[in-house]
Amino acid sequence: MSLVQILFYIMAFITLASAIFVAASKTLVRSIFMFFITLFALAGLYVLALADFVAITQIVIYVGGILVLILFAFMLSGRETLEALQKQKKQFISVNKTGALFLAAIFFIVLLNMVLKVDADHLPWITNAIQTKNVIAPINVTTDNIGINLMTRYLLPFEAISILLMMALVGAAHLSRKEQTL
Amino acid sequence: MIPLTDFLIVSAALFCIGLFMVVSKSNAIQILIGVELMLNAAILNLVAFGKYDRLNNGGQLFALFAIVLAAATTAVALAIILNVYRRYKTIDPNKVDKLRDE
Repeated sequence: MSLVQILFYIMAFITLASAIFVAASKTLVRSIFMFFITLFALAGLYVLALADFVAITQIVIYVGGILVLILFAFMLSGRETLEALQKQKKQFISVNKTGALFLAAIFFIVLLNMVLKVDADHLPWITNAIQTKNVIAPINVTTDNIGINLMTRYLLPFEAISILLMMALVGAAHLSRKEQTL
Repeated sequence: MIPLTDFLIVSAALFCIGLFMVVSKSNAIQILIGVELMLNAAILNLVAFGKYDRLNNGGQLFALFAIVLAAATTAVALAIILNVYRRYKTIDPNKVDKLRDE
């Protein structure tokens, strides 16, 4: 077992354990901060999948943007939310959770069955990619290739995303302003 | 190298944890975190398969697009949550059951 594989299993364990903690935690702030750990470990998994640019983007956008936004919204939504949350946790200890747990477990079994059946490492296009040396090696620098592809092959989705981002920004600003004529 | 199946199993587990959060939580922010977990599971799959596309970088580029889309969605969703809190004084989705004109 090579060092990369050991690192992969450590990262996978950290990801899943912190995600389970996020799901099981009683207090909202603690689960939000554990979500930090999940996202960082996921960035580590991306690095191990040889996608370093995506990993950096993950850290910049998710950890720097989305999580701060979530914390910000939590701080703005006040103390009553937290108290209501904890009151409910005391009333229903695990009554309404068994259904959700059952659903998630069933879905996991289905997904696992599918993943083991599909045998992803020997798909036709993947063996084809390995034969034609279309595989990213650890020594490759992928960032410049990503930039060139972004400006040529994927220019249309890139522009569509930029327009959508602007619309979402305007929409969020419109939604969160003080109520005057709404 | 790391087999693709391991990536797929990790991402399936992550997706199911997110599904559990979406179904079981009674707080809109926690549901949003569950949705983010599910999105991250999908992005992990894209990145893992993107290793086998060195020339076109399809998987990695669409992972980038998905991350940006998730950021846009979260901004709008949090604005909606703040509005809901302002009007109903709660962000429990089970209790938000009235339209604007009662």
